[in-house]
Formats: sequence, C-alpha cells, structure tokens
Amino acid sequence: MDSYALLIAATLNAGTVLAIASLGLLINEKAGIVNLGAEGMMLCAAIAGFACVVHTGSDTMGFVAGAATGALMAAVFGGLVVWLNTNQYATGLALTLFGTGFSAFAGINYVQAQIPERPDFAIPYLSDIPLVGPALFHQHPLVYLTVVFALGLIWFLYRTRSGLILRSVGESPESAHALGYPVRWIRMGAIMVGGALCGLAGAYLSIIYTPLWVEGMVAGKGWIALALTTFATWRPARVLLGAYLFGGVTMLQFHLQGVGVEVPSQVLSMLPYLATIVVLAFISRNPRWIRINIPAAMGKPFYPGS
Amino acid sequence: MATPRLELKGITKAFPAVVANSNVSLTVMPGEIHAVLGENGAGKSTLMKIIYGSQMPDAGQILLNGQVMQIRNPKEARANGIGMVFQHFNLFDTMTVAENVWLGLARASLEQVTASIVAKAAEYGLDTDPRRLVHTLSVGERQRVEIIRALLTRPELLILDEPTSVLTPQAVEKLFLVLRKLSSEGCSILYISHKLHEIRELCTACTVLRAGKVTGVCNPKEETNASLSRMMIGAEPPLLEHHECKAGAATMVVKNLSLERDDQFGVDLHEINLRVCAGEVVGIAGVSGNGQKELLYALSGEDTRAPHGSVCMGEADVSGRDPAERRCLGLHFVPEERLGRGAVPTLSLAQNLLLTRTESISMPRCAGGWIRVKELATHAERLIEHFHIKAGGPNSVARSLSGGNLQKYIVAREIDANPKLLIVSQPTWGVDVGAAAQIRGEILRLRDKGCAVLVVSEELDELFEICDRMYVIARGKLSPSIPIAEATVEKIGEWMSGLWSNSAASEAHHA
Repeated sequence: MDSYALLIAATLNAGTVLAIASLGLLINEKAGIVNLGAEGMMLCAAIAGFACVVHTGSDTMGFVAGAATGALMAAVFGGLVVWLNTNQYATGLALTLFGTGFSAFAGINYVQAQIPERPDFAIPYLSDIPLVGPALFHQHPLVYLTVVFALGLIWFLYRTRSGLILRSVGESPESAHALGYPVRWIRMGAIMVGGALCGLAGAYLSIIYTPLWVEGMVAGKGWIALALTTFATWRPARVLLGAYLFGGVTMLQFHLQGVGVEVPSQVLSMLPYLATIVVLAFISRNPRWIRINIPAAMGKPFYPGS
Repeated sequence: MATPRLELKGITKAFPAVVANSNVSLTVMPGEIHAVLGENGAGKSTLMKIIYGSQMPDAGQILLNGQVMQIRNPKEARANGIGMVFQHFNLFDTMTVAENVWLGLARASLEQVTASIVAKAAEYGLDTDPRRLVHTLSVGERQRVEIIRALLTRPELLILDEPTSVLTPQAVEKLFLVLRKLSSEGCSILYISHKLHEIRELCTACTVLRAGKVTGVCNPKEETNASLSRMMIGAEPPLLEHHECKAGAATMVVKNLSLERDDQFGVDLHEINLRVCAGEVVGIAGVSGNGQKELLYALSGEDTRAPHGSVCMGEADVSGRDPAERRCLGLHFVPEERLGRGAVPTLSLAQNLLLTRTESISMPRCAGGWIRVKELATHAERLIEHFHIKAGGPNSVARSLSGGNLQKYIVAREIDANPKLLIVSQPTWGVDVGAAAQIRGEILRLRDKGCAVLVVSEELDELFEICDRMYVIARGKLSPSIPIAEATVEKIGEWMSGLWSNSAASEAHHA
C-alpha cells in the first residue's frame, strides 16, 4: 500500500512542473499569444535557478531567479512579437533554440554541482495520517500553491473584469482596441507573467524535482505544457487534470519498469504522452466547447489603427 | 441661438494615398438627428473616427457644447458623452451580452451592468437577454447590444454608422422609434448612411460628403432623392433599362433540398425549392445568416453533400458535382467575399482570370496545360477596358483595387464567360453608387441575352430594381416566389421574419 501512496506523491510532484508552465502558457494564449519558446525559457530558468541555489543556498532566491529569467526572455519575445509584429511561431521557436543552446553553455560548470540536502517537507499533523499523509501532505509548498493558483486563475478569468479584458484581447484585439483598451500592453503583461511561470516551472524542476543540472533536462516538458493548453481547451482545471495525469502515468511506467513488466521500456516511455493525448482529446471532442474556449485571435498579430 | 452640441471646423485628414477629409465643417444641434450622407470612400467613416477619437485630424477643430476639445482616444470620447455604434460590431462572440456591455463601461460590477441592461432594454423596447452568448444572437440582436452599450454611457451624441444595412424593414422601423425617442430626450444623433429614403424619413438635417469635401448642407425632408443624389455623386444615378421579361426553360431547379449545417455556427437548410429560368433575374432576399451562405455553397458546388436529384441544371443532376464540373455546364458564380474567394488577393488580375476561365490555357483538360501569358494579359486588358475598371493594368495585384473595382472585375470575368446561369451574391456590397448601377446594368443585359440570373442580396432596393421574381430566405427555409409586381416592401419584410403563409405558397405555385 505504501508504494501506492508514494506513487501518488510522485505524481503530484511531477505534475506540478507541467501545471505551472501550462497555466502560464494558458494566460499567454488567452491574450492571443502563442509562445513556442516555453522549452527554452524553462531550460534557462532551470540553470539560472540551480546556479542561484548553488551560490546562495536559498531555494526562494532560486525560484526568484528562475521566474525572473523566464520573464526576461518572455519580454524579449514580447518586444518582437507585440511591438514589431514578428511571427509568433517563428519567434517562439527561435527562443527555444536559443534557450537550449545557451542553457547548455551556461551550465557547463554546474553539471557536477551539488545543492544542499532538502529537508523533508511535511505539513504538521496532516502528514502523520496513515496512507493519506505520505500521499498528499509530504510535498513542497509550491505543489499546493499551484492548485491554489489554478483556482485563483479560474476566478480571475471568469469572475473578474480584468480577466474579461484579458480574454477580450485574445478574442478580438481590434474590438478591444476600439473600446479603448491598451491591447499591446495587456498582451505584453500576459507574456511576461506567462514567461515568469514557465521560469518558475523550470526552476522547480532543477531545484526540487530532480535537484541537479543536466543539459536539456527539461526534456520536452515545455512542449507538453504547450500541448496541454490546447487539449485542455484553455480551461485551467483541465490543465491541472492533464498535468497530473501525465505525471501519474510517467510515474506508473517507472513503477512498471521497476517491477519488471514484459513490455519494452520504449513502449512504456510512450505511455504518458499517449494517455494524456487520448484522455484530453476525448474530453475536448465537442467542437462547440472548443469554439467557446479557444481565443479566436490566438497567434495573430495585432496592428492598432488598421 | 442655442449652442451646437457638436461643431467641426475645417477638419482635414490625409492618408498616404488619399485625402479622406478636406476642410470639413459640420454642426449638430442638441436633439437633432443629423445625417451624414456620402458614397463609400467619401470620407464619412474617417470623419466619425475623428469625432470618436480613434483617429486624429491633421488640421481643424472639434467643439463640444461650444468648447474646443482634443479627443485623443475612444475612452475620452465616451467620457465626453459621445457614443458610437459601429457598422462592424465590436462584440466578442464567446462572451455573454452582459460581459460585452461591461467591457465598454467604466467600472461597475457585472450584476449592476446586468440590471442596467434590463432596465435600458425595457425603457427603449430593445429586447435583450443579458445572459446569452453573443454568437447565438442574430445580427439585429447584436446591434441592439451595441446600442444598449452606447446608451449606458449616457451619451449626448450618438453616432450610428450604416445601422440599417443589416436589418429587416420592420427592424429598421423599430430602430427609428428608438432614435426618435432618444432625440426627443435631447440626445443628438449622427446618422451615417447612403440610403436616401431613410435619411429623408428620419433626419432633420443633413451634411453631404463627396470625395472628402462637403458638397451640401440641407434639410432632407425638403429634398428629393434626385437632389440628394446630385449632391452625393454629382449626378443622378443612371436609370436602368428594363425590357420585358421573356422567361424560357428552367435552367436550374432545386427540389426539396435539405442540408444539415456543416459549420456549427451555420444554418440548416429545410426543403428548399427553387427554380431559375433562362432570361429572368430571380432574387433571394433575407437578412444575412439565414441560410444564404449554406444555400449558395450547395448551388455553386463548393458543398457537394446535397442529396441525389436535389440540384439539377436542365436535365443533368449536378448535386454531387464540384464547381468546375458545374462551370462546364454553364454555371458561373460570384461569391460575396471578393478577397479570398472571388479573387486571390496577392495574384495579378490576369492570373485571377485563371480561377474560372481556361481560354488562355493550351489543353485546359490536361493537368499539364501551359498558360499562354500574352493571351491571358490581353484577355484581362479587354475586361478592364470594356467594364471601365480603374486598375493599373492586367498585372496589378487584386488586393490593390478598391472594393468596387475588384467587384466589377470579378463580375466581368463571369459575365464574359457567357454563362447559362449566373449566381451572384451581394453584387453591390460595399460598391459605390456609380459602379453599383453599372453592375446592375450588366446583370440586366445578360438577362436580356437569355441568361438565367440568381441574385442573393440583403439590399431590398437592389432586388426590387433588377429582379423579375423574388424568394425570401429565413431561418434556412425558402419562401414561395413572388413576381416583383406583386411584392411590396412590407410583405417581403414580413417574409424576412419567416412569416409566409401556406396559402401564399399554393398561390405562387399556380403563378
């Protein structure tokens, strides 16, 4: 039984990386911006956060460094895409290519580096409950904060005026402009917040999830996060669900490999991707639902005054 | 004398290619319904954008209630009591009515906004459910949302840009009631239109624009259509030559065509029966979004899901044939969208000929046919000359032409093919009066040569002008046909709301 509790615990941990990044990208996309630079931002933030912890010994400083790195890279992306109207997809790809190369370069001296031993995170009293305790209450605070953030995001997007304005910019920037909203600044803000969250996800990866630095350690999680927003039809709750699902199947296949199931490990490695796509494609198969939730102006440049 | 609500003095605005407004002055009194009349491209919209703050004038002054104002953006305009209802609605499809209105207002809570929408709607008879999503609304309902949104800012001056282009005649009457009520409460209204009879019915003052200049200020109630039109285009529109209709054999017959929508925001077609004969112009009236698009897709062959035997040309059942095959049988089609469907925006006029014409291709039946470039250019040149199209030449890119000229070119391309059946959707949408008259003239000439013509249009005036027979489409159903001599605006208007009786159907059957 204990191994199942551990499996759930590992699932939450693994899903959190994806959830943070994907919620950030969801904010971008609700404002009409697709940032394919997620992978690059996460890599750079991972090394920035890791290096910061190596030098300062403070996790918090590491997270701040990671988020700042993400926001900074997103700002460059935003400057190009929002103000100079470059193609969002090409610019995002360039950001990922840059981030992959630059993080490898910057991280050369940190490959062997060690960061201090993590104390065991545990919520007092709750973590002592048998089974439930180890499964749910032995997590890093960021795991819980992610859930709180997702709930807050739902409230923000669908219950507040600011959220409505953000969605209006992604739905029809021309109309939002005509109503007098500063479309470009709103998009810029969304891009920076999205970048900061991707950065936070990258830092969580290198500081908490696997506390070390390896070149290319994000290993496609940025792309999965991007795909998640689409499969989750741009709804935060579904993003969360998809992220944990992915995390869960990832852990399950490790578990199966460990047990020694007679299936090639390559097939098992495919499972998380397949399962996530199948499940999310199934719950998002209603085209009407997609049309209601997809930001209509996603990926399209906006020229004020045209 | 009272202070004018709005006074423009010497407004000038130039764009790189064109001077949109040159020394335009305009005075609107409190509670006045003031028309701004002009053709497309006369500078009406630019002038309104300047008043509403979305563009800055190069020179000139704007006075609001006697005070010189600098209106830098729409927010400032709204803060100063100017509201605007755009021709192309600034609404967000996936949001509710209340959310849309909320976005256009200064801070308040959604509950307050919902309550005030209900109150305004009741006050002015603008039925609206604040909880509905905008994409489920008809065009008329969307306009009501825009008007309510504008009214909730308590404007002293309300600008309406071509508000009736999307409305049924009955809805127009309702709108006029609202506007008159507003004006009686002291709100000034700037009413932009090119429809003369509406302006004469509604407005008490009128400023006429032509090519960016003011060419007349008058009281429209004292003018005639002819005198207004002289101010607007410098001449009276040419009269169309009408010959007696000599309808021949049926060219296209549609029998019990029912089609489910393809696109989720589309309309299902229900048992459409339609007949177009050689030598007659048949019109289909209706407010857009009632199935016109779906019907035209099925007729042109872009949608080949029509059941077997439901669409026939002469003896041939074409329901499953694609547009090229139908074209071989003599069906030519002018779609509503000029750029992207009627023409490829980035290709030259000559190359655009190849979309539907194969005369300049050697061995057009073979996939490997060669384009005879010179012949193609001569062909395009001939069309440009014959139809008086303002274009640089056969090598100008389609996108560079004005809407009216490109429309003329596309219509010319299809007419020149000597079709047996021509289907035209919105033949003069966004086309200036002169070009519109020319296009209508060409359509009539084609009919006199024995071609069958089917015109789908939202402009009732246009249909009354050129059609011999008329159908009305509403909610995916097609009315029986009615000869133009028996059709009245009231009757067609009723039918446009889907209210035709079955007795009318049997009557028309005998006719």
